Amino acid sequence: MVYCSPWLTEQSFFKEDFTPAHADKFLFNLAPGIAMFVALITGAAIPWGGTLHLFGTDYALQIADLNIGILYISGVVSIGVYGIMLGGWASNNKFALLGAIRASSQMISYEIGMGIAIIAIVMMSGSLSLDEIVRQQAGFHWNIFYQPIGFLIFITCAFAECNRTPFDLPECEQELVGGYHTEYSSMKLGFFMFSEYVNMFISSALMASLYFGGYNMPFIDQLGLPQNVLTLLGTAFLFAKIFFFIFFFMWIRWTIPRFRYDQLMHLGWKVLMPLAIVNMLLTGGAILLKNGL
Amino acid sequence: MPSIQLQPDLNYIAVLLQIGIALAFVLFTYAVIAVAGPKLKGKNKDENFECGIEAQGNARVPYSIKYFLVAILFVLFDVEVIFLYPWAVNFKQLGWIGLVEMTLFVGFFLFGFYYIVHRGALKWE
Repeated sequence: MVYCSPWLTEQSFFKEDFTPAHADKFLFNLAPGIAMFVALITGAAIPWGGTLHLFGTDYALQIADLNIGILYISGVVSIGVYGIMLGGWASNNKFALLGAIRASSQMISYEIGMGIAIIAIVMMSGSLSLDEIVRQQAGFHWNIFYQPIGFLIFITCAFAECNRTPFDLPECEQELVGGYHTEYSSMKLGFFMFSEYVNMFISSALMASLYFGGYNMPFIDQLGLPQNVLTLLGTAFLFAKIFFFIFFFMWIRWTIPRFRYDQLMHLGWKVLMPLAIVNMLLTGGAILLKNGL
Repeated sequence: MPSIQLQPDLNYIAVLLQIGIALAFVLFTYAVIAVAGPKLKGKNKDENFECGIEAQGNARVPYSIKYFLVAILFVLFDVEVIFLYPWAVNFKQLGWIGLVEMTLFVGFFLFGFYYIVHRGALKWE
């Protein structure tokens, strides 16, 4: 499912599980578990496809069509900060602590911009259900054509939330050794790495669903294919979009150098947040003018 | 006004199922690494990593107050964002009046933001 990093080889299970002598043992062991657990439950609200009709029953390719899907995802994702924060603090290591503090203030700063960028989408769709938002983009009415600025804000914040380059200050090797996971080894380090990649996958799925039509494929309805084939093609198309965004994450990683911390904070608070608010108000005006109210 | 139905939403059971599977995966992995890897103890080995030199004092030293300011500002601003969500869902019903009211709200909110920036709370140099 996830792009395989060298940390995820089976070796990780058989490496020594090291706990430093001065660490807070309970929190030290708990933290990677939180990071992994939170990353794994976010996918529940994302629609992976339309409905499959098998043996007289309809199966929606979605774990749970929550009517508060977006709130569920943003709520769960924000718990992920605790894993990093607790891990860095409990290690009792100066590098880990600095990395954890940087990570938590970076993630909370960019959450605001992301939240306001999503609000513009919610205003257009009038629903918090991800499946409803995807269905409204049927055909070629993708939100990216109406929300280009919102998408730019969202993708920037997604990079910051996933701690990916150019926002990988929490773990920048040159100054912080490994950041919050300096003291971790074995599969606990694997959990931090794995959760980062799962989060990347989930962010890509969110970008595809919110802005690029999710499992919708333009002009496919005119081919007259049976319902089940359409659904499977839609799922394949969604995964193609997701893999494109994961490729984009990797691409940016080897293209753009890391920000300085003051630049990072400046971008999050003084550029993205006001821009997101302006975008939200302009979207509101445009919707009302279009509806002629 | 449609009547409110109080029926259990099966979707939340699916979410609970996902939570159960995720928890089982995490606990299973913990169990495996507890028995699988080698365990070697040693006074120097168990020290925290500090670039190879001897560790100096406790890591939990005071650090820049700016991080606390950012955390507190986040709480303030995130609460404002939460207020925006119900408004956004009902935006089309509220119409122009809703937009004007929200512009006023956001205006006060941005005034506070201007004050914070003016006082240098977000200045990192």
